[in-house]
Amino acid sequence: MDEFINLKETELRLGLPGTENVCEEKETVSCCNNSNKRALPSGSENETESSTRKTETSPPRKAQIVGWPPVRSYRIKNNIQTKKNETDHEVQGSYVKVSMDGAPYLRKIDPSCYKGYSELLKALEVMFKFSVGEYFEREGYKGSDFVPTYEDKDGDWMLVGDVPWEMFLCTCKRLRIMKGSEAKGLGCGV
Amino acid sequence: MNYFPDEVVEHVFDFVTSHKDRNAISLVCKSWYKIERYSRQKVFIGNCYATNPERLLRRFPCLKSLTLKGKPHFADFNLVPHEWGGFVQPWIEALARSRVGLEELRLKRMVVTDESLELLSRSFVNFKSLVLVSCEGFTTDGLASIAANCRHLRDLDLQENEIDDHRGQWLSCFPDTCTTLVTLNFACLEGETNLVALERLVARSPNLKSLKLNRAVPLDALARLMSCAPQMVDLGVGSYENDPDSESYLKLQAAIKKCTSLRSLSGFLEAAPHCLSAFHPICHNLTSLNLSYAAEIHGSHLIKLIQHCKKLQRLWILDSIGDKGLEVVASTCKELQELRVFPSDLVGGGNTAVTEEGLVAISAGCPKLHSILYFCQQMTNAALVTVAKNCPNFIRFRLCILEPNKPDHVTSQPLDEGFGAIVKACKNLRRLSLSGLLTDQVFLYIGMYANQLEMLSIAFAGDTDKGMLYVLNGCKKMKKLEIRDSPFGDTALLADVSKYETMRSLWMSSCEVTLSGCKRLAEKAPWLNVEIINETDNNRMEENGHEGRQKVDKLYLYRTVVGTRMDAPPFVWIL
Repeated sequence: MDEFINLKETELRLGLPGTENVCEEKETVSCCNNSNKRALPSGSENETESSTRKTETSPPRKAQIVGWPPVRSYRIKNNIQTKKNETDHEVQGSYVKVSMDGAPYLRKIDPSCYKGYSELLKALEVMFKFSVGEYFEREGYKGSDFVPTYEDKDGDWMLVGDVPWEMFLCTCKRLRIMKGSEAKGLGCGV
Repeated sequence: MNYFPDEVVEHVFDFVTSHKDRNAISLVCKSWYKIERYSRQKVFIGNCYATNPERLLRRFPCLKSLTLKGKPHFADFNLVPHEWGGFVQPWIEALARSRVGLEELRLKRMVVTDESLELLSRSFVNFKSLVLVSCEGFTTDGLASIAANCRHLRDLDLQENEIDDHRGQWLSCFPDTCTTLVTLNFACLEGETNLVALERLVARSPNLKSLKLNRAVPLDALARLMSCAPQMVDLGVGSYENDPDSESYLKLQAAIKKCTSLRSLSGFLEAAPHCLSAFHPICHNLTSLNLSYAAEIHGSHLIKLIQHCKKLQRLWILDSIGDKGLEVVASTCKELQELRVFPSDLVGGGNTAVTEEGLVAISAGCPKLHSILYFCQQMTNAALVTVAKNCPNFIRFRLCILEPNKPDHVTSQPLDEGFGAIVKACKNLRRLSLSGLLTDQVFLYIGMYANQLEMLSIAFAGDTDKGMLYVLNGCKKMKKLEIRDSPFGDTALLADVSKYETMRSLWMSSCEVTLSGCKRLAEKAPWLNVEIINETDNNRMEENGHEGRQKVDKLYLYRTVVGTRMDAPPFVWIL
């Protein structure tokens, strides 16, 4: 009677005892191995790439078998996507306040839920019912009285869209949609 | 024999609707065969390669509804390469050429292209209903054709498909004159949705009963949609995160209260859990609840919702509900017939997962339970014996213990006795999935007791060929047998070749069957397609000196009346 043996427990590693890296992607091991009578999942060979995410201490990760557990790939994808959003929340302490000049109350959004600036801006447009105009690298936003800005870690008010998206996610502390004359100072292309 | 004129017999046949029954009456005599074939409107083809479009049309010229299934079931778990087959194009081409009055097309695990959808939309004036489940190969452009050209479209139901979302305007392709929609399900689309077009469409569809939204439909849009469709019966909520004090949320609460016909709820693809309470007022009417995609809603919120759902017949949920949550289900949902508990954590160990205790609680509390799919951490024989005693009415019993080969966690014994109790008690069992540590003994029980069993899924189980032989010899009604990573080989495969004529298909992957065994089978049974799916080069298998003894990676065989298929890719070798 064969038992499933997890070799990770006895593995010699350079890491500190009690730490474990979580894999970013699922690693799969195919069990189609002609020499095995009964294909058992192998233990430790597929070590993980180190991840920038949180580390877990228990339980030890098992190598993935192709097609196991028998869950439809569609479901796995959705599950991973939702979990990714979840984890991003924790790592980035995500929700930021969004204010719009003239609106009676503020809103909160999680910028890391969006894949990029266009998605973020569209969401803001829907939320506050306005139009943001078109972004130009030199002149900023043209074609609208509204300009999206954000407060960065230094406390400065910056124009949304200048820096790469990933950098924006890390430095954005709050958002403000400026309107009218005040917006013109940030170059909305007079 | 036949004392009635044909029209009378035909009229009687109108009341015979199930495929099994229709197939049976067509075998009674030639006269009935003829009457039946001209009056058959709905045709079901469980394996698209068992026959071909020409034969279908020759036999059933008056068909109105066609259901086709393509890839084998294990394709769901990435065990079948993408290009394996299952193309719907030749079917649609043939149907279009024949001018048959097609009204409904239901496809599962097939490859559908935009070209196919375009052809479909243009060829059948009365086309009403398109249902695609786990299909792939098309984009929202194909959906645009359907929307634009099908004047009488009633159902557009897209379930768990892989659709390339071009973020186009497919929803606005429904003409203003389209007011006939009853079902609209686009939950599986990943991209943005034209909310204005969607709202207009819903507003002009007074018969809309089933609406399932995708992630891109936010809460305020949901409120507006529900307000203009209070007749809704089946709702799939898309994105559901919001600040509960906002105006939209209040509007949503008001709209929900008006939806007194709502019986089925699903979605919550992104959900802020504390907002679920907006749905509490209509929970007492719900018969179906699918929260299996709501990964962000945890135990207590789920339980609060479920406590209001006393009439629930169908529940799909994640294992984050825990054993305690299942106990609440057991004490609340006395009408429960179908339960599916999916794993929420596929990578780690998962502390919130369910165990045998949850299963036992459900079996004790829900006397009407007949179908279960249960992913869990651990199981015991004692629990399964109790479940069998509590629920002898199971039709479908699918148990997946997440860790392969895991024994009874209390006694360390194999789970043979537990599953044996299930098949012995459940005389109507039609579908069974096994897991955990299992020897040949469990197959002895299955062969002996599972007389009605039609589908059996085996993984990491058994010791010798005897196991598979018990099943092949014992289960007279077996239709689909799928086996992976189990030590069954040529002896079992070749013992009774004629058995496969009574079955739809057999799948064996990572087992002990060899190439020569498969070749012998193909020789003995020319009415079978014996497919060897080998992602590594098949030619190497031939040239290798020991080729006869080389083990086959993946074997898929099925009965067919049309011989070898012509559309197989290079890595599929049909013997």
